[in-house]
Amino acid sequence: MAEKKVYEKTLGVMPDVISGFCPGCMHGTVHKLVGEVVQELGMLDKLVRVEGVGCCGLGQQFVSHDVIIAAHGRACAVATGVKRCSPESLVYTYQGDGDLASIGLDETVSAANRGENFTVIFINNGIYGMTGGQMAPTTLIGMKATTAPFGRKVEEHGYPMHVCELLSQLKTPQFLVRTAVDTPQNVIKTRKYIKQAFQNQIDGKGFSLVEVVTSCPTNWGYTAKEALTFLREKMFEEFPLGVYRDKDKEEA
Amino acid sequence: MAKGRVEIATEFCKSCEYCVISCPKNCLAVGEKVNSKGYPYVVSANPEDCIGCAMCAQICPESAIEVWRQ
Repeated sequence: MAEKKVYEKTLGVMPDVISGFCPGCMHGTVHKLVGEVVQELGMLDKLVRVEGVGCCGLGQQFVSHDVIIAAHGRACAVATGVKRCSPESLVYTYQGDGDLASIGLDETVSAANRGENFTVIFINNGIYGMTGGQMAPTTLIGMKATTAPFGRKVEEHGYPMHVCELLSQLKTPQFLVRTAVDTPQNVIKTRKYIKQAFQNQIDGKGFSLVEVVTSCPTNWGYTAKEALTFLREKMFEEFPLGVYRDKDKEEA
Repeated sequence: MAKGRVEIATEFCKSCEYCVISCPKNCLAVGEKVNSKGYPYVVSANPEDCIGCAMCAQICPESAIEVWRQ
């Protein structure tokens, strides 16, 4: 009986480049999913990636499509320009929590409020990765970071910021979802959500945001497997997974 | 005869072991050899049990695994 290939590497990432991500970092999984989804949609040649600053910037050598590197936090503003000038391209921004939720929150909220027609992939790992583990707006209460060595305190730093809940207060966004890639089941679910987010853009429906809650083994100070336990026990408790806005379903 | 077969690009493996804990049949294990980056890479320890479900390939952050099924 002939063998059938059931899983092969996507054309969305470079075939011979080893990514710069740490062992256990889930950035690679999300890059792969974006590549697979857009390859399925047959639009890899029209795909433009606008990325922020941080660990997501390591993807510029890893992906095989066009990349624009925006100033820190301004990926949504740059993507607005790209999409308005060239409506036939498929534009997505790829940002971490320090980029999207802290420095670029204004651009994100404004782009969402205007209902700009692009897709946002938001990686939330509760810490600044590349700069060395500083506290992010999404850092959990009590979690240690290099700028909060005794753990985050409510009276000094406030509560973690929930981007999906924040944006769901606005009327314009089309699709807001929080998901994870910690198990194969969640990876398949996330692929479905990313596909819907890109399909919304092709159909011209407006702003779609996919938030992926991931781990950062290096800066959390765990091994990859211990970080998974922390992710499931603590991060999912603070950041519940689910669909926060889907206008297709609301109208139906 | 095994139902499935995995092929691991050993140079890409970073030994995070996500595939090892995801495999429903416990086919994969971390081997003794290391690749040029110094990571002990994952090998197919029980290739006969593989059912070709591609769970390991789905979760692999480095896209290092390709899967064939009979």
